[in-house]
Amino acid sequence: MISFLRRQGYLLEYSLASLARRPGKHLGLVLVYATLVFLLASTLLFTQSLRQESALVLAESPELIVQRLLAGRHDLIPASYLEQLGTIRGVGERYGRLWGYFYDPAVRANYTLMVPRAAPPAAGEVQLGAGVARARGLSPGDYLSLRSARGEPFSFRIAALLPADTELVSSDLMLLNAQDFRRFFDFPADRFTDIVLRVRNPVEVRKVAEKISLALPDTRPILREEILRTYDAVFGWRQGLVFVLLTGAMLAFVIFAWDRASGLSGEERREIGILKAIGWETGDVLRMKFWEGAALSLTAFLLGYLLAYVHVFHFAAVLFAPVLKGWAVLYPDFRPVPFVDGLQVATLFFFSVFPYTVATIIPIWRAAITDPDQVMR
Amino acid sequence: MIRLDAVSKVYNQGRHNEVWAVRDLRLELETRGITVLKGPSGSGKTSLLAMLGCLSRPSSGRIHLEGRLLSNLPERFMTQVRRSTFGFIFQRFNLIRGLTVLENVMLPAYPLAPDPGRLRDQALGLLRQFRLEERAHNKSEWLSGGEAQRTAICRALINDPAIIIADEPTANLDSQLSRELLTLIGELADQGKGILISSHDPLVFDHARVSRVVELRDGRLA
Amino acid sequence: MPLTPAILALNLASLTQSLLLVLAAGFAIQILRHWDLSSGSERQLGLERRTYLIATLVAWVFGGNLLSLLLFVYNAEQLSTQFVGAMCATGVLNANPWGWPTLGLKISLFFAGAAWLILNGVDNQAPDYPLVRPKYALLLLIAPLALAEVTAQALFFTALNPDLITSCCGSLFSPEGGGVAAEIAGLDPAVSLAALALSGLALLATGLRYWRRGRGGGLFALLAALTFGIALTAIVSGVALYVYEHPHHHCPFCLLKSGHDFVGYGLYVPLFAATALALGAGLMEVWRSAPSLKAIIAIRGPRLAGLSLILFALFYGLATWLVLRSNLLLLGPI
Ligand SMILES: Nc1ncnc2c1ncn2[C@@H]1O[C@H](COP(=O)(O)OP(=O)(O)O)[C@@H](O)[C@H]1O
Ligand SMILES: [Mg+2]
Repeated sequence: MISFLRRQGYLLEYSLASLARRPGKHLGLVLVYATLVFLLASTLLFTQSLRQESALVLAESPELIVQRLLAGRHDLIPASYLEQLGTIRGVGERYGRLWGYFYDPAVRANYTLMVPRAAPPAAGEVQLGAGVARARGLSPGDYLSLRSARGEPFSFRIAALLPADTELVSSDLMLLNAQDFRRFFDFPADRFTDIVLRVRNPVEVRKVAEKISLALPDTRPILREEILRTYDAVFGWRQGLVFVLLTGAMLAFVIFAWDRASGLSGEERREIGILKAIGWETGDVLRMKFWEGAALSLTAFLLGYLLAYVHVFHFAAVLFAPVLKGWAVLYPDFRPVPFVDGLQVATLFFFSVFPYTVATIIPIWRAAITDPDQVMR
Repeated sequence: MIRLDAVSKVYNQGRHNEVWAVRDLRLELETRGITVLKGPSGSGKTSLLAMLGCLSRPSSGRIHLEGRLLSNLPERFMTQVRRSTFGFIFQRFNLIRGLTVLENVMLPAYPLAPDPGRLRDQALGLLRQFRLEERAHNKSEWLSGGEAQRTAICRALINDPAIIIADEPTANLDSQLSRELLTLIGELADQGKGILISSHDPLVFDHARVSRVVELRDGRLA
Repeated sequence: MPLTPAILALNLASLTQSLLLVLAAGFAIQILRHWDLSSGSERQLGLERRTYLIATLVAWVFGGNLLSLLLFVYNAEQLSTQFVGAMCATGVLNANPWGWPTLGLKISLFFAGAAWLILNGVDNQAPDYPLVRPKYALLLLIAPLALAEVTAQALFFTALNPDLITSCCGSLFSPEGGGVAAEIAGLDPAVSLAALALSGLALLATGLRYWRRGRGGGLFALLAALTFGIALTAIVSGVALYVYEHPHHHCPFCLLKSGHDFVGYGLYVPLFAATALALGAGLMEVWRSAPSLKAIIAIRGPRLAGLSLILFALFYGLATWLVLRSNLLLLGPI
């Protein structure tokens, strides 16, 4: 055992020295390698933290939302449904929500207007998401003027800005109180946008949903887990798409690595011949070469991963956030939450180190079986 | 004692460029003392030395070393025999550029995984013996011809082999250095090492210390 | 098929692995047909050099397989949010009939690769390579295993349909359910833990005998394989309950999560390694009378068995500790 470790130590030492003797030859490979890791890792880290973020936000959202459907389209829900829903067993707290979208021609963007349940702003006041504030160049204390549904100008005083920690979701948000909301949109007094239910026992959510669609056939219950599922699927799919595109890059890298590994210079060939002649075994040369590959891989992997980490978490993935987040005018100044897991690292490994190794097996073996008597010629 | 039984070596067998480097050679060689394989260029000296030193396998025939059959060993085991039994000195010193003299000398021991401290001491001891201690930490490509040759000898000795094999060791040295080299080789023979040299240099095969000369021509005994 | 990076990676990895193994099997056939150690011909030399390539290929396939096993479980874990009813990897594997076979094939490939590499290591110790033929014949059996694995995995992912309602550990491993999983979970924890303890004792006895006297290596390997099965069963039906401190949570994968201090790795890594070593030792015992290997196997076999016993001991130690430290009382005061 000790002799095994010691031998690996000697081989590693030799391979590191050999890398150090030819830095120029390996620099290009490491750069290309690290770039590949960087691209893949950035994609993974970024979407993963988006997914994480939306899961965090949704974790606080209600288990069950009930919408009314009219001719298959989302319609306003009568307040009277609240009582009927109360008769269903298992339903705990329930309340109607008021929210909607407003298109602001001044900045050509959609805002989400919403009445918060807890601590709504005073009459005539609003709380603004950072995106809206930025687009309009507003800060607390300023006034925001919008044209209501009836075409009258409405002026809101900005009471506060919303905290930026969940900016992906709150960026385009504008919070106001119920009277202002109804007046602004000319919203019928006995209606809500939708109804939200809390279910006492989480295991029963599906059952409650079933009962609701029986009792109120013109409604559609939406489960939080379903939203989560859709989000996950969308994020996974986008990641997948980027990876499919990057598979081309990976193949190019494989060919590059193969070419590099097989294109040994005469000097290197002679070196291996000498090693074999003075007593190194084919297996020793193979192992030495794999140590070399491991050192290169580790360097490139760490370098690429670190750069990706910095790129995503310190520079908010500036390079390709547009692709992954979708185009939006109210571009959220989203700061992803650092998040690293085994799945990511293992996936990255299979897209970088694994293909590199596979591409180099045969060239390395070819080099290792150099005839030991070659040096005598 | 090395015994060769109908040993042949053929390159590119069955192809148009087939070459019989050694043909049907029967020979017994004493391992003690200095043995010189003599013959013109292309006579098969190197091919024969390579087979004797377990660097390559005969195409047919058998080679026994001290009664042990070597010729049908797989490469893995030939290597084991080679690194414990033979030390090599090549015509073109074959030191690895970029490594220091000390590292070059220690290289053959790496696969045997000895204790690093002990290996270093041993290598430094050899360098001292061959007046190279000053050079230990110099890169091997800065050595003079004589120093490179002595480094190669140290490297050949690091695993304490019983037999030293030298292929045309004087081909790249002037007469002065050649004589010095032969003196060193004589000292090794005095220490009990068996020496096998191939050469077509009269300075070598006419040297007083040589115990026997085997002459080759076209892969056969002349 | 959900087109996530992890699934792409798994498919690519398995595909590459089986290609490498098919390549290795092709070389193996050449070796089986033309191997002649007494010949000094260039072809024989070429074949000998091929053996290095084959061993390297198998070693990489083996290593890759180990990682892909992990990735497969992680991935199932992550996908669980997309399946109604799936709370962890179990539910996802259960989403269609290919999930569990894929996992089983991956594990088999792991053991086959490990045993082959151990056998290869032994054979490389004898100058006449006495196991060349059996060794490469075995390799021809491993290649189809890899092909089966890549196929099963592709079928599994293709048939994954997120609209499907699946059953998770709660229902799959609940004693009321049907099928093998339910039966395993439905086992009385007392019975499965007792079986685990018994097989451990038997293993210790045979292992020690083999280690000291060099006899009964085959029996030791058989018992180790049996213990592996019993251990997985006991984890599902017993140990897991104690870790989760919940009388109906049987999932064998949640153990790998941070919420449970990653104890799963502490259990599975020694268990898998110990079983692989024991299988390797048992496999080499088959050729213990080969003249040139006799001495080597007599040393290596027991040494591997000793190592395997140490790893088994780690597994047993951790499992015992998990049961003892738990606040869950299933067996009542003893
Ligand atoms: N690897 C090889 N492939 C083909 N021919 C070779 C090879 N090595 C040596 N030969 C040939 O074998 C013959 C003997 O060569 P060699 O043993 O080097 O003789 P010497 O060392 O006496 O000069 C020469 O004709 C040479 O060209
Ligand atoms: Mg020559």
